[in-house]
Amino acid sequence: MARTLYDKLWDDHLVTTRSDGQSLIYIDRHLLHEVTSPQAFEGLGLAHRRLWRTETNIATADHNVPTTDRELGVQGIEEDIAKQQVLTLQANCERFDVALFDVTDERQGIVHVIGPEQGLTLPGMTIVCGDSHTSTHGAFACLAQGIGTSEVEHVMATQTLAQSKAKNLRIWLEGTLPQGLSTKDVVLKVIDTLTASGGSGYTIEFAGDALASFGMEARMTLCNMAIEAGARAGLVAVDETTIDYLRGRPYSPQGQRWREAVAYWQSLKSDADAVFDREVRVSLSGLEPRVTWGTSPDQSAAISGRVPEANAENRRALAYMGLKGGEPMRTIEIDRIFIGSCTNARIEDLREAARVLANRTISSRVRQAMVVPGSGLVKTAAEAEGLDEVFRAAGFEWRAAGCSMCLGMNPDQLKPGERCASTSNRNFEGRQGQGGRTHLVSPAMAAAAAVAGRLADVREYL
Amino acid sequence: MQAFTSITGLVAPLERANVDTDQIIPKQFLKSIKRTGFGAHLFDAWRFFDAGILGMVPEARRANPDFVLNEPRYAGARILLANDNFGCGSSREHAVWALMEYGFRSVIAPSFADIFTSNCFKNGLLPVVLPQPSVEALMRECKRSPGFSLSIDLDACEVQHADGRRFQFQVKASDRQRLLQGLDEIGLSLEHESEIKSFEARHKSRFPWLFENQPCRSK
Repeated sequence: MARTLYDKLWDDHLVTTRSDGQSLIYIDRHLLHEVTSPQAFEGLGLAHRRLWRTETNIATADHNVPTTDRELGVQGIEEDIAKQQVLTLQANCERFDVALFDVTDERQGIVHVIGPEQGLTLPGMTIVCGDSHTSTHGAFACLAQGIGTSEVEHVMATQTLAQSKAKNLRIWLEGTLPQGLSTKDVVLKVIDTLTASGGSGYTIEFAGDALASFGMEARMTLCNMAIEAGARAGLVAVDETTIDYLRGRPYSPQGQRWREAVAYWQSLKSDADAVFDREVRVSLSGLEPRVTWGTSPDQSAAISGRVPEANAENRRALAYMGLKGGEPMRTIEIDRIFIGSCTNARIEDLREAARVLANRTISSRVRQAMVVPGSGLVKTAAEAEGLDEVFRAAGFEWRAAGCSMCLGMNPDQLKPGERCASTSNRNFEGRQGQGGRTHLVSPAMAAAAAVAGRLADVREYL
Repeated sequence: MQAFTSITGLVAPLERANVDTDQIIPKQFLKSIKRTGFGAHLFDAWRFFDAGILGMVPEARRANPDFVLNEPRYAGARILLANDNFGCGSSREHAVWALMEYGFRSVIAPSFADIFTSNCFKNGLLPVVLPQPSVEALMRECKRSPGFSLSIDLDACEVQHADGRRFQFQVKASDRQRLLQGLDEIGLSLEHESEIKSFEARHKSRFPWLFENQPCRSK
């Protein structure tokens, strides 16, 4: 019977069906960070259990780490409770023998950036992490899902995840993406089409001719935000781009094993006659750069558009955002710029922003603009290309890797009322700092907003 | 896990859609390495005017009198009524811990986010999905009638109104069974230890590269 990519991944990892009817799925990779793991390690210890297969686990500190003074290591974390959390991760990794990319390790970074970068993320894997943006890794045709802390402990103890199979949803991306746009604009349009809950209960596969033209990092941006439409996992089939990206990565297979792996990876696509529970078409040809105006990722508009008129559904969001219905998006003034996060902090993202900023400076209206590379290695690579100089010359701050102002667990936060053009993934109330106002945009659009001091159409800056 | 069989309790209406877990428990409280201490900070930015820091006592805070849970009539509520897509966003299980520590044992809504639903069933918080019109009717009645209570019977899978009306809901058989008995899920899965081991051996022979060149602490 014809199968979808998700069906194949599920079948290849189905261990058994438990006595209560729940399926157990074998987990190939478990990514850990300091925020959602301590209670799981504690539970494991209290029950005198050990990790089922230690080497499938890899940890890093990303949420709480400061993006300045990195050479101070953990001691650079000012807030005691945040420092305690990172120290707890260190202690747990030592106790349970888990590999850790620690604060001063060059390989440290956002967990969803370092997985693919190291070849720890491979096609055909099942990947979990106590973080909803684990969907990112689905760009490599692996079943990657965010899980809660109880599930983290369950995976540690049993190497399995207990769950029921989701339904199949295919998003057809039709036509070609106009110049100046990125997959951030695409995924905001997809979420606008599906709504913030339209993907609930589904695994989303992104398909269509346009995908072949997207690099792996662009595909990761797509899958990263599948969760913002409610889908726990996003997927893209394997092609030559996938294989080229993984060749020679530190944890990628080598030699004969590489050839065996590639042979299998090439089967990781939906069969031509596979049946999906739901199919949705999104046209790229007429797409414009998109910007969110509300407090849910499905509240976005084209940059040439206007803030919608207030109604019962959006009144609260507009009040929180300090926006009036009918206001042109391009007149919204911006206080701060954030280029970073697991959505848009990879080298291609930084290149796109830097292209807009070359020989330009940020508006005097912008109080602060910062770039937070996704990992220490992204930072090094960007510096080798001179991107840091482009950003600095334009007036940006060049920071060290971490989650930073995507969720403001470290000192990088918006102040009440401040308005930010951000390349992150969530415009929820208070997400970037209590009272802060977030407009989600692509890296190039963030750069254009920095130069204009307001939301701006990047196509005028190319 | 805390077992759930049936409860009868005061209902509080939260008339908002897409209530994300960032609202349920804001990021600054996730720095705790414990499972407790989150109830005092449930909906912190909505409940209080002052900026919340972990460990603050609610009585010492500036409460927002307009937020529904601060209305005296909803003190001690055990059931939360909400709109679509409750618990969306971040996977933080702290959201479920916060709701339970505050006193809630169930949330009734037309739909829930997937990861939030999983987290509920690991802890003994029952997410009840009812059709939108039923939720809206209950929401109206709840606001109109002080002391409005409902009973939820997981064994019968129904929400029971004092006037005799019954609202049926569906729960996956496995979730229902575990919740009714308060079972330790890891223990349940480890009953299948030998099957996991034999699967692992087959998996290794099919995909040997997943078992080689793996991260280890000394590397």
